[in-house]
Amino acid sequence: MKRLLAVLLVLIAPVQADDRRSGYSFMTPETRAMQDDDSSNPASLWVLDGEALWKSEGCASCHKGMAGVAARYPQVDAKQGLVNLEQRINTCRVEKQKAAPFAYESRELLALTAFIGRQSRGQPIDIKADAKTKPFLEAGRAAFFRRQGQLNLACTQCHDQQWGKSLVGNPIPQAHPTGYPIYRLEWQGMGSLQRRLRNCYVGVRAEPHAYGAKEYVELELYLMWRANGMKLEAPAVRP
Amino acid sequence: MSTVSTARTIVRMPATAKRGEVIEIRTLVGHVMETGFRRAAAGGLVPRDIVRNFVCSYNGAEVFRAELHPAIAANPLVSFTVVAAESGSLEFRWSGDNGFAASASASLVVT
Repeated sequence: MKRLLAVLLVLIAPVQADDRRSGYSFMTPETRAMQDDDSSNPASLWVLDGEALWKSEGCASCHKGMAGVAARYPQVDAKQGLVNLEQRINTCRVEKQKAAPFAYESRELLALTAFIGRQSRGQPIDIKADAKTKPFLEAGRAAFFRRQGQLNLACTQCHDQQWGKSLVGNPIPQAHPTGYPIYRLEWQGMGSLQRRLRNCYVGVRAEPHAYGAKEYVELELYLMWRANGMKLEAPAVRP
Repeated sequence: MSTVSTARTIVRMPATAKRGEVIEIRTLVGHVMETGFRRAAAGGLVPRDIVRNFVCSYNGAEVFRAELHPAIAANPLVSFTVVAAESGSLEFRWSGDNGFAASASASLVVT
């Protein structure tokens, strides 16, 4: 009887029309295999660097572990407003460690974000849409739907409306930032979500913002919120 | 400011094997593998900087050697097989342009 009731409940419950797909599902089996095995995923080299920095820089004296942390960024900071994981690391360095901040896309910052991201692998992305995040989410959402650049394209036109089709031979993914920082084969190296966003800006021939610009962080927040509940794969491999 | 200068290596192989068994060894080394054919923004060639050689020795005897070339991707992965003959250690050495040198070792118990 209990089982029947459970089946009935499942049937009555609204169907979760979740056809969201990670960029992983658009990749070839070879690239997927590369990501799946830590001994063939080149991002593991950055994770090792990050682990070494974590110890040498004394991060461990305050932080026990970082499980689940990467799944909750960007976050609203009381003083600084919206910050992403990279900016949070640098705040820690400047305020707590009295050290110079790492440059955006530096090997050190990518290593630390990869090391922290790795500890959240498999955890669902968890961005809260509340009064604090609302203005930033709305700004990010507006950017996602805003046409820009000489090609006059909005993010939504490719990533909501045309995903799965081909763009110069490559499948268009749904733009869920599930694996950042990523090892991108095209880059032959690691890169943050902002590096990837700059690629798209240049692709539609829009003027890219500087690294760390609030426009990017808001867009990051919106993309992460859009991917809420999807599992983190950081650090992922992408073609 | 702290920097990362050591080359990272990752070696994956079984810790134990039966005598005569063929085991797969997979190695990864962090390296930019700059081809020497690319040009910088100012137009000049970016000098070549690649890993030239990879050698694996098994209890002191060389069992595998590879020569690497400019068309090989960054962070080269080398995968090969070895016959598990006796217990002991395996040494992995990478060398390349600009005095690049990296090494790793692993032990194998043969039953």
